[in-house]
Amino acid sequence: MNETAAPLVEVTGLTKRYGDTLAVDGVDLTVLPGEVYGFLGPNGAGKTTTLRILTGLIAPTSGSVRVLGGSPGQADVLGRTGSMIESPAFYPYLSGLDNLRLLAEYAEVPRERIDEVLDLVDLADRAKDRFSTYSLGMKQRLGVAAALLKDPELVILDEPTNGLDPAGMRDMRRLIRELGSEGRTVLLSSHLLGEVQQICDRVGIINSGRMVAEHNVEDLRGEQELVVRAAPRETAQSVLTEFLGAGTVHLYDDTLRVKVAPDRAAEVNRVLVEAGIAVSELHSTERALEDIFFELTTSEERADVG
Amino acid sequence: MLGSYRAELLKLRKRSAVWVLFGAGLVLSLIFGYLLPYLGYTTGDDNPGTDGVPRAQVLEGMLPSHVLDNTIGGYPIFAGALALVLGAIVIGGEYTWGTLKTILTQRPGRASVLTAQFLALGTMIVVWVLGIFVASALCSIGIAAAEDGSMSWPGPLDLLRGLAGGWLVLMMWCLAGAVLAVAFRNVALPIGLGVVWILGIETLLAGVVSSLLPDLDVVTNALPGTNAGSLVFAVTGITAADAPPGVRDAVSGGRALLTLLVYCALFAGLAAWTTRRRDIT
Repeated sequence: MNETAAPLVEVTGLTKRYGDTLAVDGVDLTVLPGEVYGFLGPNGAGKTTTLRILTGLIAPTSGSVRVLGGSPGQADVLGRTGSMIESPAFYPYLSGLDNLRLLAEYAEVPRERIDEVLDLVDLADRAKDRFSTYSLGMKQRLGVAAALLKDPELVILDEPTNGLDPAGMRDMRRLIRELGSEGRTVLLSSHLLGEVQQICDRVGIINSGRMVAEHNVEDLRGEQELVVRAAPRETAQSVLTEFLGAGTVHLYDDTLRVKVAPDRAAEVNRVLVEAGIAVSELHSTERALEDIFFELTTSEERADVG
Repeated sequence: MLGSYRAELLKLRKRSAVWVLFGAGLVLSLIFGYLLPYLGYTTGDDNPGTDGVPRAQVLEGMLPSHVLDNTIGGYPIFAGALALVLGAIVIGGEYTWGTLKTILTQRPGRASVLTAQFLALGTMIVVWVLGIFVASALCSIGIAAAEDGSMSWPGPLDLLRGLAGGWLVLMMWCLAGAVLAVAFRNVALPIGLGVVWILGIETLLAGVVSSLLPDLDVVTNALPGTNAGSLVFAVTGITAADAPPGVRDAVSGGRALLTLLVYCALFAGLAAWTTRRRDIT
C-alpha cells in the first residue's frame, strides 16, 4: 500500500437518492494504490449502490467521484477496472468459456488471457459447460474470472464469497490476498466481518447510507491488552504499575487490564509470581472488528433515534 | 466497436431462440408461398382452395419470376412479428438476466454497446432475408422444373431492391421490439404489446378508419405496419387482388421507404437515449 500516492478511488460527499429514499448519504471514501480495502456494512447499507456508482452503472445525485483519475464509466477507466457487482450475471445459454470470450471481445483483451483467468479461479475443467448448469460457487468464480480478465489495476468485488462453501471461501480469500500482494488495488465489499478482518488493510464501515468509520484495520481495533486475574488484586496492580509504569494497569470488574503487547505475557506472569501473587488467569484480548462494527452501527442507530 | 460487434454476433449465433424464430419465419414462408398453393394446384380446379383462381395463375405465382412476392410478401405481418420478438428477446434479455451491467462494466460505452447490438441484429436479419430468399428460390426452381414452367427471374436490381425493402421492414419491427424492451426492461411485455399491435390493432384501426372515418386515413397511413405493407407492395410485382394480408398500396413506395427510415431512426434513437440516461440497477 502506498500511502503517499494519489488515491485510486476518491469519493467525496457522495449521495444517491431514489425518490424519497436516500440510499447513500454523503459518503467519503478513499482507496489508496496497492491496498485491499474492505467496504463493510449490513445488508441494505448502501455498499452496492456505492460500487455501482464507482463503475458508472448509476449516476450519483450529488458528490464527487474520481476513479483511476477519471470519471466512473469512462472507457479508459473501465478498461483498467475489473468488477463484479452484486451477483455474477452471464448469458445462461453460453458456456463459461464463451461468456469470457465475448467479454474479452468487448474489453479488447487477447484470448490467451481467458485461459489464465480460468486457471486462476480453478474453473478450466468446467469452462465448456453451460453457465446455467453451474453451481452458485462456480458462478461466483466465473464472476471473479471476468473481473480479472482485463488484468486490471483496480478490482472491485461485491461480496465475492457469497454462495461459496468453506473451501471455496478460503480459496477466494487467498486469491484476493494474492491480488493485493501483486500490487493490485482491491475494493472488496462484504458483510462478513471476519472476512474483512482477514483480508483487508483498511476498512470503511457504512451504515444506513452513511460512512461511520474509515481506518486501518489495526487502528480500528485499537491497542491490545492483557487481562490478568490475580490475588491479592491491589498488590498485583501496584507490582505491575511499578514494573510497567504509571497508567498501564487498570482495574476492570475483578480483573486487571494491562496495556502491553501480548508477547510480554510471560514476563508479566513472572513478575507477579516472583512477588508471591497467585495468578489464576492471564490472556491477551483485542477487540474484534465485529465488536467495533456493532459499536459503530448501533451508536449510529441510537443517534438516529435520538 | 468491432470487438463489441463480434461479441454481439457470438451471442446471436449461439442463441437457439434466434434460430427458432428464423425457422418459424422460413417454414411459414414456404408453407404459404409454395406448399399450400402447390397442393391447390395439383389437386385441380375442383378444390375449394383454388376456387375461382385458374390453375395457370396459381402456378405462375410459384415460379421464379414471383420469388420476391413469396420471399417478402409475409414480412409486414407475420415475419414482422417474429422480427419484433427477436428485438425484444435480444435487448430485453440483457435486463432480465442482468447481463447489461456485466457488459457495461467492460471497456465500451453504452452508445457503442447499443450500436453493436443493432448492427448485429441488422446482420442477423440479412441472414433471415437471404435464407428465406434462397429457400423460396429453390422451391420455385423445383416447381418450375417439375411443372415445365418458366425459369425467368426478376432483374438483379429488382431483386436487390426487393430484398433490401424486406430487410428494412423486418429491421423496423426488430427495432420496435428493441425499444419496447428498453422501455419495459423486460421481454414478455414488449412481445405481448408488439405482437398485439402488429397482428390486431393496426389492422383494426385501418378497417375502422376506412369504413367509418375516411378523413383519418392520414393517421393510419403514418403507422409502421401500413408503410411496411406499402413498401412491400411497391418493391414486388404483387397485384392488389393477390396481395397477402398487410400488403397494400396505401401510400407510395417512396413515402413508405422514408417513413420506415424515420421509424428506424426514432426507435434506435429512443433506445439509445433511454439507455444512456438510465441507472443500471
